[in-house]
Amino acid sequence: MSEPAVGIHDVTKRFGDVVAVDSLNLDIADGEFFSLLGPSGCGKTTTLRMIAGLEYPTEGSVRIFGEEMALRPPNKRPVNTVFQSYALFPHMTVAQNVGFGLEMLDVDAGEIDTRVSQAIDLVRLSGLGDRRPKQLSGGQQQRVALARALVNRPQVLLLDEPLGALDLKLRQAMQLELKEIQREVGITFVYVTHDQEEALTMSDRIGVMNEGRLLQVAPSEEIYERPSTRFVAEFIGETNFISGTVDSPGQVRLADGKTVKARTHSSAGTKVTLTMRPEKIDLHHAGDAVPEHFNQLIGTVVRRLYFGESLYYEIDFGHSVVDAREENRPGRKRFNEGETVVAAFHPDSAEALTE
Amino acid sequence: MTERIDAPVTAELEAAAEKAESRRGLFLALPSYVYLIFLFVVPLLIIGVYSFASRSRTGRPKLEAWNLDSITKIFTDDLIRSIFGRSVVVALITTALCLLIGYPFAYYIATRRERVRNLLLLFVMIPFWTNFLVRTYAWRVLLGEDGPVTELGRLLGLWDSMLFTLPAVYLGLIYGFLPFMVLPLYAAIERLDWSLVEAARDLYASGWGAFRKVTLPLTRSGIIAGSILVFIPSLGAYVTPDILGGAKTTLIGNYIVNQFLTARNWPLGSAVSMAIMVVMLLATVWYFRSGARTL
Repeated sequence: MSEPAVGIHDVTKRFGDVVAVDSLNLDIADGEFFSLLGPSGCGKTTTLRMIAGLEYPTEGSVRIFGEEMALRPPNKRPVNTVFQSYALFPHMTVAQNVGFGLEMLDVDAGEIDTRVSQAIDLVRLSGLGDRRPKQLSGGQQQRVALARALVNRPQVLLLDEPLGALDLKLRQAMQLELKEIQREVGITFVYVTHDQEEALTMSDRIGVMNEGRLLQVAPSEEIYERPSTRFVAEFIGETNFISGTVDSPGQVRLADGKTVKARTHSSAGTKVTLTMRPEKIDLHHAGDAVPEHFNQLIGTVVRRLYFGESLYYEIDFGHSVVDAREENRPGRKRFNEGETVVAAFHPDSAEALTE
Repeated sequence: MTERIDAPVTAELEAAAEKAESRRGLFLALPSYVYLIFLFVVPLLIIGVYSFASRSRTGRPKLEAWNLDSITKIFTDDLIRSIFGRSVVVALITTALCLLIGYPFAYYIATRRERVRNLLLLFVMIPFWTNFLVRTYAWRVLLGEDGPVTELGRLLGLWDSMLFTLPAVYLGLIYGFLPFMVLPLYAAIERLDWSLVEAARDLYASGWGAFRKVTLPLTRSGIIAGSILVFIPSLGAYVTPDILGGAKTTLIGNYIVNQFLTARNWPLGSAVSMAIMVVMLLATVWYFRSGARTL
């Protein structure tokens, strides 16, 4: 049990001169819902394909429950994939699609039937087994793809942007359903997505990738609250950046000489970028009481944007402009463009990134 | 409000526009209609009519004393039946060999980089730049008594001059019709969604298993199109068996030519031509039927 479900060690994948994945190291625990998150071309899909066996690493080792897989063909690996465009066989019925893997494994016909109908029930497609993929909606096709992979009881399920083709409402419903199914079957899911919200809601842990490198691996909350690099902070959600220099541990001096308290990870004198989320910045009218221990910066509202459930204010501090988000709740203060305001934020909400 | 008032007017205008559109469409198709009717449908009807005509003692077709003699002869005459049978077998074997040679090649082309792909397709089409008759005569040189193919066979001790034998006819037919097999196969394989093959591999299919269960059935339309395109001209082939097969292996195409030019039995020649067309028609219908099933 101590063996990770997936162990990737010093894996590099080159396509000609292009380095798609650059000396990647990653362990994914048994039963984990793990997401690889990053912009297109960051190497996340290539990483997934190397676990599936659809690509072989140029260097390094890929293990599944301790067993070396790097150069093993896909049909000899205990993993199955849900493909981005589902890749359902158009010339087969739903049941034939779902039963394909078992048929290839020479499972006997009776057992195939039982397991196929169980899998079809699991993804709530009962009664549609005789349909062709083309006769199904996008969401239903997605479920067929899921059933076709799960029916084989893989040790690891790989999902390559499986919800990318669905519309927003359906996508959100499927997110919950996928998470539920994962709990139900209890196997490791490795999920590739470029949608940060999807990754945050579903994953136990997220690995953020960019340009072939893994930048940060952490639970959802930590990825959002404590990004380790500027890229991670910017890619996940919205954020503000203010540059400064570390004055002493926990103190950062801004361009205008004012110091603020923040979470620092480097020694005095290091140039850092402070990052804080818009919703962590509290706005107050000038002269109003501000909670204790909060940093206070005085600025001017340069723009106000109404989003319905929230309001965005652009605050100019002279050396930088930040966004602050105020939820649209009854009794909340409103600020006008041109007004001088105090922006307050807790030291724990300001992460000093070195880059 | 305005929408409700405008609606019937719009519908009428749309109908009128559609009519005008279809008239314009007919105008565009007119040249090819004229061409096809005068140079294809009319000659075909003439052949159809001649099948029922009779023949004077000097070999002149007479458009009187209509009868079914020529048509019954196709089914009763042993010579015609054996020639017909042989032609069908030759056409089937040619088709099968073209498929066997053409599929891997088409697969190879379709999986190359785009530039290589276009170059290879060009190579497939280059033979068409030279007249078919000339190319077939070139084979006569290659296969002849002192031809390089013959010399190679003698060197290996495997074959002697093949000219005027059935193998020579096969060589010529396959050579001539292979592009008709490769091109539709290429088109079908090139269209294949490779993620389906990956999915099959991911679902425990071996390379061969994925090919058999996914690639092959999904490129079926190309296989059928190529097979029809090779089978039909092979069945009616005249030039290749005449030039490379000599008199030894008469096929149905040669037989028809003989009926028209040597035996001067136009009604019989017409009837046999019609019979070939029926076979081809059946094959084509079968193609569209099975093609539709895969779509």
